[in-house]
Order: sequence, then structure tokens, then C-alpha cells
Amino acid sequence: MRPLLILWLALLGLLLASPVLAQSQALVLPPITGREGATPIVIVPFAWQSASPQDPANDMASIIRSNLNRSGQFRSLDLDRIVEQPSQLDQVRWDIWKQQKQNYLVVGRVLDNPDATQRVEFQLANVLTGEQMLSLALQSRRGEERSVAHQISDLIYEKITGIRGAFWTRIAYVTATGLGNNIRYRLVVADSDGFNPQNIVQSNEPLMSPAWSPDGRRLAYVSFERGNSAIYIQEIATGARRLVSSFKGINGAPAFSPDGNRLALALSRTGNPEITILDLATNQFTQLTRNLAIDTEPVWMPDGRELLFTSDRGGRPQIYRVSADGGDAARVSFQGDYNARISVSADGQRWAMVQGNRNVYRIAVIDRKLNDTARIITDGRLDESPTFAPNGSMILYASREGVRGVLYAVSADGRVKQRLAYADGDVREPSWSPFRQR
Amino acid sequence: MNNTLRILALAAAIAVLAGCKTKSNETPETPRASDPPPAAQAEPARGESWTDVTLLDTKPCLKARTVNFDFDQADVSGQFDEMIGCHAKWLQNNPGARLTLEGNADERGTREYNLGLGERRGNAVRDLLLAKGARSEQLTVVSYGEERPVCAESTDDCWARNRRADLVYTQRQ
Repeated sequence: MRPLLILWLALLGLLLASPVLAQSQALVLPPITGREGATPIVIVPFAWQSASPQDPANDMASIIRSNLNRSGQFRSLDLDRIVEQPSQLDQVRWDIWKQQKQNYLVVGRVLDNPDATQRVEFQLANVLTGEQMLSLALQSRRGEERSVAHQISDLIYEKITGIRGAFWTRIAYVTATGLGNNIRYRLVVADSDGFNPQNIVQSNEPLMSPAWSPDGRRLAYVSFERGNSAIYIQEIATGARRLVSSFKGINGAPAFSPDGNRLALALSRTGNPEITILDLATNQFTQLTRNLAIDTEPVWMPDGRELLFTSDRGGRPQIYRVSADGGDAARVSFQGDYNARISVSADGQRWAMVQGNRNVYRIAVIDRKLNDTARIITDGRLDESPTFAPNGSMILYASREGVRGVLYAVSADGRVKQRLAYADGDVREPSWSPFRQR
Repeated sequence: MNNTLRILALAAAIAVLAGCKTKSNETPETPRASDPPPAAQAEPARGESWTDVTLLDTKPCLKARTVNFDFDQADVSGQFDEMIGCHAKWLQNNPGARLTLEGNADERGTREYNLGLGERRGNAVRDLLLAKGARSEQLTVVSYGEERPVCAESTDDCWARNRRADLVYTQRQ
């Protein structure tokens, strides 16, 4: 018995840094109410037609309600005020919902078959006019209920707002359990609401800076498993990975170009961190910045021709802009005594960054459709790592509460916030995936 | 008889002179400073040997392995001068020794920028060691930024403990 135990422990110990695809502990989300003044919508519980009982964890209407509330643009009617449960539009009594001051209504049914396939039908209607806006069916399988609910949420969101929904997307993040030299790190990919977490990498050495490829199939990240920072690119589906940068000094802050062919990164092999571009086909490194400061945290503009990055060449960290062909960099942040880790929405219209003012660090957002003033949308004191949903409507960021790192999802206007915490320790460095390829 | 005596006296004189000459060869006119005295005789009163590996675990300035820094600074305070001098001397006396300088930062500010700050701190300690006689192939700087905190509280005290460079011997001799 003892030798077996020792052998088993030794085998566990050998898992220094293993790329694995395994279950992980979920992020915990409290229930969320929609914001006052947001568009009222009622999502009636979907009728369940099956020989087997329904699993309440996969209640699609409930998932859709949470999604729409979290977006900050909708306020879903609470379940206890849904006094009738029609499953088709011809069963709906419109005056009930007009009395409840609802603008939109969704009804649906799940036909669950003995062979575990499912057909999910739903309809979206305008309460005030009684007009049907959407009537669709999705084919799926048992076990895919959450995915289907996210896809339906996207369809509803896009039909009403005109903006593509980002509920059926994923997030990557890093977790850490322990202190000092005994920390266990994981890089995890989950649904955008934190469910279905999958371990992508596990390590006894730090993991940092996950970055999605534009096709959503790979993650670049920083790992210290070799005894120093190094950058890997890993296929999420297979776990296969490639070491792309392991020079002396810092290898950090990877960012895929919008066409997926290049990786921007920060390398300090020349003596101090400089923004460098790696051509993934030719393996050529091209240094973009040249000065004695710390230049890091590069981010591509959507046209792939310019980058924004953090530099302390002026004394303290600020955001600068440089052409992808190199040349002079121009400062673009002018509020606050510290600006770093900028993130740009996929359409380039919104910028989010970490802004520090006298050692309180908050997320600031610039909406370039409005003006160039940065608006603080969080409370601090230690907020960082903002990442946009691919439709630019929501931001995930990391924060600290006491001794724990937690994540927050906040609508881009700052009005609705939801906390995501990891039961086993710290969670940090969220990164929102691109849209799934249609 | 007088000739034999004279020859004997001359032979004796030559012998004495030959002996003197040998003696003067053994005693150099100017001392040769480049000859290091054998280690065992270096500091006989303290019984310390700078090639005895146990010294790393017994001598206080060598047991000390952490340099702390002020907020946002990478300057090494004078209070660490003696400690760094000791490690430099160890490295000088043990050419096979290899030392990694792990730079760290407190949690405030962004993570990748803090990798840069940690590296500045590791570099600062490295530069001092080089100035005090260590050789560059003996030193490696690795920055962990804020990723390896020794405490998790968001307090000035904990932050001060995390702003550090750790000296880690990967090879002691």
C-alpha cells in the first residue's frame, strides 16, 4: 500500500507543467438582477417535452435571463412574476405582459428525444404590437443546453439591439492556489458566464497573460516552467503546443495580430523590455521600440497596422501608439498619473486601460464614438487586466478583495457589474475570446 | 702547507658564499604580492574558509539572501552593501558558483509592467555584484514580477516584503 502511494505521489509530482484538458472547479456567480431603466423583457420558462425529467441546472430560460441582465441593457422579469407560462405565441395573453410593463416576450419549448438529440424552438415578440420578431429552432444534443441558451440569447440580443450578441463565447483566465514557492497555477477556459471550466495548463510555476488567436483555436501565454518567462502557443482542442520565445530576460505580453500571422511581445534580451513582433511563419523577430524604458503590453489596432503599448519612457507608465513598421511612438493617455495594459474592442471604438491615481488602480474606458475622455468605470483599489467581449458591450477585469483575486463582468457603460470568484483561491488575468466562427 | 691551508680556506669561503647565495635566493628582495597565501592560513584566527561551502549556511552576511526595495524603486540601499560584498567575495573565491537574482514587485500596477520592475531590481543587484568582483557568467537575472508573493495582504508591510530581489544559488561552488 505505502509503495503504491509513494509512486502515485511521485507521478503527481512529475506533473510540473502539463498541458491537459480536464475539468476544473467552476467560478461562482451570484444571481444578477437587471438594471433599473434597462429594456424590460420576459423570458417565459421553456416547456419541456420528454420522457425523462428536466435537469434544473440546464433551465434555458434562466440562463437567457441571466445573460440579458448581465449585459446591462435588459431587465428580465423575475420568475415569480411570470404568472403564466405559454410555450407558443398563439397561447399568449398580451394584456398580462402589457400590465407588467414588458417590452418583449420570449416563449419556447425543448423537445428532448430518447436518442439524446434535442430540438429547441423559441419565439421572440414585441409585447406592445403583438408582432412576432423571431421564430427559430435549434438542433442539439442533451448536455449542450447551456450552449443553446447562449446562442438563443445572442439571437434575441442582436434582433433587438442590432448588435451581435457575445454570450456564446469563452473566457480564459489564470487561477492560483497557495503562497510563495508553493503556488499551483492553472490556465482555464470556460463559457463566458464562467461555467464548464476546462484546465488548459497546470503548473507549479507562474502562468500569465493568456491571449486568444483570432480564430479562437489557440492561446498564447507566458509560462515560467523553464525557470524563466517563456511564451508558448497552444491548440486548445488538442493541447499541442509550441515554444515560440525563450530568450534570456523577459519573454512576455503576447498578442496575436488581427490576421493571426504575427505575435507582438515584450522581450528584454537587449537589456530592457522592448516591443517586438514575431512573424509566426518565418520565425523572424523585429524589434519595434528602442529605448531604455520598460515597453510592454502591446495591443494591435483592428487594421493590424498600429499597436498601442505601455511605456514608462516619460517617467511613469503611460499608453503610446506606434506603427507596426516601427518608428516614433506617440503618447495617447493624458489623464491619471499611471496608465497601462490597454485593451481595444474588436471594432477599435472602445479602449479600456488600467488607470492609477495616487496608488488606486481602476479601469478607465474611452469611447471614441463620444469623445476622447477616459471615464472611470470601477471602484478600485487594485483593478487590472480589462478585456472586452467581442461585441465591445461588456468588460471582464480582475480585482482584489482582501487576500483574494476575483473577476468582475461589467457592462461597457459601467452600469451593471457581476462578480465571479474562484472557490479554491485567486483568479486573475481574464481574456475574452473572439466570436465563434460562423 | 700554507698553500693547502689557503686552498682549504678558499674552498671553505666558496662553500660559505655558495650557502649564502642559496639563502638569498630563498629570501626575495621585494615581496611578491600576487601569491595568495594558502587558504588554510587566510584567516586562521576566525577559522573561516571562503571555499568551504558550509560558510554559505553559517556566515550571517552569506545566509542573508534577500534585498528589499522602496516603492517603485530599483536602487539598492546602502544597508545591503555588506551582504552584497560578501556574496561577491564568495563568487570570486568560487568560480564555479552560479547565482540567480530573482526580481520581484508588489501587487500594485499591471502584471507585465511589474515583470519589468522586477527585472530592474534583479539587474541592480547584479550590477553591484559585478562591481564588487563577481563575473558575469556567474549571474543570471530572472524576473517574477508580482507572480510569487510571499504574503497576500494589501498592506504596506506585505507590499514591502514583496518588493525584493532573492539571491538563489543554483551552483554553490
